[in-house]
Amino acid sequence: MAAHQTILHRLQHGCQTMAYPAGPPPALPDRHGGTLRVEAAKCAEGCTACVPVCPTQAITRPPGKPVELDLGKCIFCAACVEACPTQAITQTNKHPMAVRRREDLLLGKPGEEELRLAAALDAKMKKLFGRSLRLRQVSAGGCNACEADVNVLGTIGWDLGRFGIQFVASPRHADGLLITGAISRNMELALKKTYDAVPAPKIVIAVGACAIAGGPFIGNPQILSGATSVVPVDLYIPGCPPHPLTILDGLLRLLGRLD
Amino acid sequence: MNAPREFFQLSNGTSVPWADVPAWPVDEFIAATAAALEHGGRLCAWFGVPENSGTRLVAVIAYDSENTLAVGRSAPVVKSYPSLTLRHPQAHLFEREVWEQHGLTPEGHPWLKPVRRQDGGHPAVGEFFQVQGGEVHEVSVGPVHAGVIEPGHFRFQCNGEDVLHLEIALGYQHRGVEEALAGGPHRATMSQLETVAGDTTIGHATAYATILETLAGTETPLRAQWLRAIALELERLANHTGDLGALAGDVAFLPTSAACGKIRGDFLNLTALLCGNRFGRGLIRPGGCKHDLEAARGAQLLEKLRMALAEVNQAAEWLWDSNSVRARFEFTGTVSPAQAAELGLVGLAARASGLVRDVRFDHPAGWHRFAPVPVAVWPGGDVFARARMRWLEIQRSAKFIEEQLATPAEGEIFAGLGASAGDTLAVALVEGWRGEVCHVALTDSAGKFRRYKIVDASFHNWAGLALAMRNQAISDFPICNKSFNLSYCGVDL
Repeated sequence: MAAHQTILHRLQHGCQTMAYPAGPPPALPDRHGGTLRVEAAKCAEGCTACVPVCPTQAITRPPGKPVELDLGKCIFCAACVEACPTQAITQTNKHPMAVRRREDLLLGKPGEEELRLAAALDAKMKKLFGRSLRLRQVSAGGCNACEADVNVLGTIGWDLGRFGIQFVASPRHADGLLITGAISRNMELALKKTYDAVPAPKIVIAVGACAIAGGPFIGNPQILSGATSVVPVDLYIPGCPPHPLTILDGLLRLLGRLD
Repeated sequence: MNAPREFFQLSNGTSVPWADVPAWPVDEFIAATAAALEHGGRLCAWFGVPENSGTRLVAVIAYDSENTLAVGRSAPVVKSYPSLTLRHPQAHLFEREVWEQHGLTPEGHPWLKPVRRQDGGHPAVGEFFQVQGGEVHEVSVGPVHAGVIEPGHFRFQCNGEDVLHLEIALGYQHRGVEEALAGGPHRATMSQLETVAGDTTIGHATAYATILETLAGTETPLRAQWLRAIALELERLANHTGDLGALAGDVAFLPTSAACGKIRGDFLNLTALLCGNRFGRGLIRPGGCKHDLEAARGAQLLEKLRMALAEVNQAAEWLWDSNSVRARFEFTGTVSPAQAAELGLVGLAARASGLVRDVRFDHPAGWHRFAPVPVAVWPGGDVFARARMRWLEIQRSAKFIEEQLATPAEGEIFAGLGASAGDTLAVALVEGWRGEVCHVALTDSAGKFRRYKIVDASFHNWAGLALAMRNQAISDFPICNKSFNLSYCGVDL
């Protein structure tokens, strides 16, 4: 291939990187559904229709208590949405889903119908990482879907590098970890060692239902219950896998770059 | 017991009462299996079924040229049996797995070590095959790798730059998929099977749904079969395109690398157009499909498919036209047809070594009974052949989808699923994008899973990568590895 053909092609296609976040975000697929909204107040008396249909036991309704949906365990199959007779659980078509605290993923109570989106890092950490964040990725019992959609952020359409975010080969060169997978017991030691090798101060990002709580494998004795079983987590990004837009939103939210 | 003469013959997506599966004393069973493999057979699955008095070995064999599968079993084995691997290397990992899971020793197995766990609590690293000599050194890589990829351990025996031997130790991703299936299906089973290998969601989900439909005697609605066949090719398109880009990236040929990274996403978005999820989760359910492809959506899919195909063809053309790329791809990581056959390679790795081996063609089930897919084959066996195979299959998959969109099956997309037959063995093969996905289920008297065996294409093919690295420069490992692009979690389960 002659060099001029490459240049010609580039000219024809122009810049293929999306305008977001300066422009509007790309639309989620219409059947995606986005994050969920749970209004326990709308539940029918004593109704537990949503509880047994959830494959990952993300929904509970103990007798006399309101329904609670843990979006950290949710794989977004929408079985609960279909099962609910009173539209107490609905899809919002919203892509932002990242939170800083695990409890911010619990939905249902009045005032907590939707998740409480992540706040930015504090001023000191933001000064350190806000314009340059180097991450070491660790897949620990992942199925390669979260990994694939993290990789997608490196392609020309998303161009993660323009935010100063980059994946590096060595934990010694990293400011933190991005963890995917259900944390198989066989990866426990490797994950711990990788975390220890990252110089402080450091941050940890858990991507996907598996890394947050075990995902579809929740309760299997061969896995732990998410990344917090081994390391402290600073950002949780739900999904199975999260859409690339959801992951990017989480990273930018953490760095305070969506203001 | 009188030894039966023949394995029970069945076709893909069918079942057989467990009592009708012929049983041999174990020595004769090994001999019968070896004979079958010497007469055109290929080992799809080999696993143990525990009973009170021991563990029965079960063999599922494919006669590709006769479009037939065959199944047989041994009488309960207590301690050991004569290793099949000595005569048929394709059994090597299966025998290690049976040893690990059931404690049965294959007598004479040349390299017996665990597949997933060491002493029940650690990854399967253990002892490695070592080459001795003053100039020899060892290179150890992983489990955590340099990129955004799954974990695994590679141990190279090197003389200078040259790799004399590569041993691959996996198991880091072990999540207990098969263990969790016992007594199932459970409510998480469908989701677990969709994530056996996340990039092969459609492949594994189709195999699982086929198993349950077969056990229930349910005829899958034609339109659901049609949808699954389209989704399977969309999965192939996305992964093959991504791999072409990754291969280009590893030889620093950035135009194709950059273009294919984006186009891969465009193909994933076509699957998301169909079901909302870029990996096809939630599309397939036992008994049918959950989302339909209405005419308007189909038209949108076709338009976007054509655009993405034009782009990937352009990006691939640069790759084939570049002398520097060809120089790096050609004669690198060669696996001969004889080696591929001996190791039992499947899928595109087998076809790139000249073997005509494709479930869609050899063992058509579902929609492939009505819409056959010709097999693409390339003879070289090197990185170039495996790259070229992907491009050929991209053409074929896109054409297949176009043809299917023009002639849609009508009707419902979901039929109820009946109860599973008890004490029955069902087999489902699907040609995933890497190759053969094999699921085998054995039910108990209540129709629950007594044993569920999953064999991803990667289980057969990792040894192919190890062989491809023999006498290669270690710096060629990345492109050899990418040219196979095998699944870690699909093996680790």
